[in-house]
Amino acid sequence: MVQDLLLPILKHEQKKSGYISEAAIKRISIQTGIPVSRIFGVATFYSMFHTKPQGKNMIEVCHGPSCHLNGSFNVLKSLYKSLKIKPGETTKDKKFSLHTCSCIGCCDKGPAMLLNGKQYTLLDETKLKAIIKKCRS
Amino acid sequence: MQITLDKRQIKVEEGKTILDICKERGIEIPTLCIFEGLKPEARCRLCLVELNGKLVTSCSTYPHEGCEVVTDSPLIKKHRMINAELLMADHIATCNMDPNSHDLCKIIEKIGLTRIRFDPIHKYKQDLSESVIRDDNKCINCGKCIRACGEIMDVHAIDFINRGHNEKVSPYSEHKLHDVACIKCGQCVHACPVGAIYEREHLYEVVQALKDKKKHVIVQTAPSVRVALGEEFGMPQGSIVTGKMVAALRKMGFDKVFDTNFGADLTIMEEGTEFLKRVKNGGPFPMITTCCPAWIKFMEHFEHKLFPNMSTCKSPHEMLGNLAKSYYADKVGLNKKDIVVVSIMPCTAKKFESTRPELKSDVDYVLTTRELAKLIRTYKIDMTKLKDEKFDDPLGESTGAALIFGATGGVMEAALRTAYELGTGKTLKDVDFMAARGTDGIKTGSVDLDGKTIKFAVASGGANIRKLLKEKDKYHFIEMMACPSGCIGGGGQPWPTNKAVIKKRMEAIYAGDKGFKLRKSHENPSIKKLYKEFLGEPGSERAHKLLHTHYHKRDRF
Ligand code: SF4
Ligand code: SF4
Ligand code: FES
Ligand code: FES
Repeated sequence: MVQDLLLPILKHEQKKSGYISEAAIKRISIQTGIPVSRIFGVATFYSMFHTKPQGKNMIEVCHGPSCHLNGSFNVLKSLYKSLKIKPGETTKDKKFSLHTCSCIGCCDKGPAMLLNGKQYTLLDETKLKAIIKKCRS
Repeated sequence: MQITLDKRQIKVEEGKTILDICKERGIEIPTLCIFEGLKPEARCRLCLVELNGKLVTSCSTYPHEGCEVVTDSPLIKKHRMINAELLMADHIATCNMDPNSHDLCKIIEKIGLTRIRFDPIHKYKQDLSESVIRDDNKCINCGKCIRACGEIMDVHAIDFINRGHNEKVSPYSEHKLHDVACIKCGQCVHACPVGAIYEREHLYEVVQALKDKKKHVIVQTAPSVRVALGEEFGMPQGSIVTGKMVAALRKMGFDKVFDTNFGADLTIMEEGTEFLKRVKNGGPFPMITTCCPAWIKFMEHFEHKLFPNMSTCKSPHEMLGNLAKSYYADKVGLNKKDIVVVSIMPCTAKKFESTRPELKSDVDYVLTTRELAKLIRTYKIDMTKLKDEKFDDPLGESTGAALIFGATGGVMEAALRTAYELGTGKTLKDVDFMAARGTDGIKTGSVDLDGKTIKFAVASGGANIRKLLKEKDKYHFIEMMACPSGCIGGGGQPWPTNKAVIKKRMEAIYAGDKGFKLRKSHENPSIKKLYKEFLGEPGSERAHKLLHTHYHKRDRF
């Protein structure tokens, strides 16, 4: 079934272009016969896909239960302080995108986040500042 | 299979859901998300029953040998209540909790839910198009509109987007309905159990026009409105209320009450002539009807190759609107600018049609059957007590052939009646083309036209249209209607519009046709007069200028 191929196709597109553009959605629809409304629905259902262009650095803050209790909210606050973006947004200079994600398996060292796929744990404001600074330089 | 249902041992057939079994036995279970004829999706969680002590959704659960089903218990009540409350939290923001307005509020009243402790999380802007409006503030995400649009219409203009409490119904990329390939059929309107999708109302504009002394306001009513309007006033389904409807319209102050059926007879003259011409010239076949604006839009989005196959005839109400502002205006000496034409249609797509640049000047406002009922109510007119009245001349006379336009296959049958007689010069022995009748999604048949076999096909419902298009080349003449069973199932018809109601409306249409002395469009004396006085002959240059149209390519997304 061609429907089954949709996820791999979207994954490929996400990897190639960094996001699933409207043009890509139309192209995939023509190739597979799957309606654009469905493709967009699937692309917005999974947090690993993005339908808007993303920043160079992708930050995904865990909001699983353990990190939540350990203060993932503070992580988002600190990030807002230095980047001025909320989850789902991208900085104007296109350097950072911020998202939340589900448990990333570092529950013992929460709050945790992924930066470009790499885990950072036991986060606090100073640690975050240093991480951001490093990315900027 | 042997099961226990509410402590009673019963025998049931395999393959039936618990809900089916309960329904057959008259046990009432509230349901919101089942879709007649489609597989259950079990999203609303209101149809709970206990199966061996565990809560399940009855619409999607099949019993097994020896199982025990309980349909009413404190546990069921408690959970149904909380599920309903959660649905209401999504819906309450703009709801008046009127039990007459839609299914959810009916259920709320029935199960006695009065307090809703949760507030809606989101505030949405309405999606306003020129014909269909979606209000996400009312939407409970049952998904029925998506299924109507996808599975019934095969258009897929909308789907769920996002996840969790951000989930909502939307066209792709969060575009507005206006900007995507939505054909405005309004089938999503009928699917919605909470009234979150409805027509764009034009009542205000019409009332203003009626108040304006300088305006000459003309109203016309579609064939399928007269067999459905009565439902809005508590009359039995399938009542024919033509006379009362005319009386009500006159009472509200419309200056002239014309009949779209006249336009339908005229369509047949033009379309029949066009078809005979194609028979003579050997094509292009199949010729496809163009009475349905949702089908036209469908074709313009998805089937550009069909342009040469399409008839060039405007839809009946556009023809009549045009004549009202030309033929009729000349006759009574009115300025075209002072005339306002209002069409009462079973249809949301006709609202869109009347905004098309090339048709804009013909009809000013389109009201749905539901809107007309609302209008009659606001004027405090008791429809049921009115004495029957007749349509006005010169655009009010019609034949049985026009009435059947309201049902799937009707345009085909009417066209065949006329094409046969005009094409062969013989009188048709039996005017009933049974092969074109009935609620089937696709119907086919053939007629002999002086030794030439004409194969015809009829499709209603978008999914059936797509199916028929795959084998279109087998046929000479095809009728397409976007709504299931045609305009009697149109997106502007009274709630509820389901298979049972549609059947009743269809019976009324064909009974009405039988009652006419004149059942062929070319026998309509007013039509003959119109050609003699004004248009010349069918297919004449003038007829082409006033009654025919052209189509545009649209994006397939
Ligand atoms: S009006 Fe018809 S095509 Fe448009 S969203 Fe509703 S069901 Fe789909
Ligand atoms: S079938 Fe009739 S009611 Fe439905 S969209 Fe077409 S014209 Fe309108
Ligand atoms: S909850 Fe954050 S890593 Fe598990
Ligand atoms: S009717 Fe069964 S879950 Fe909605």
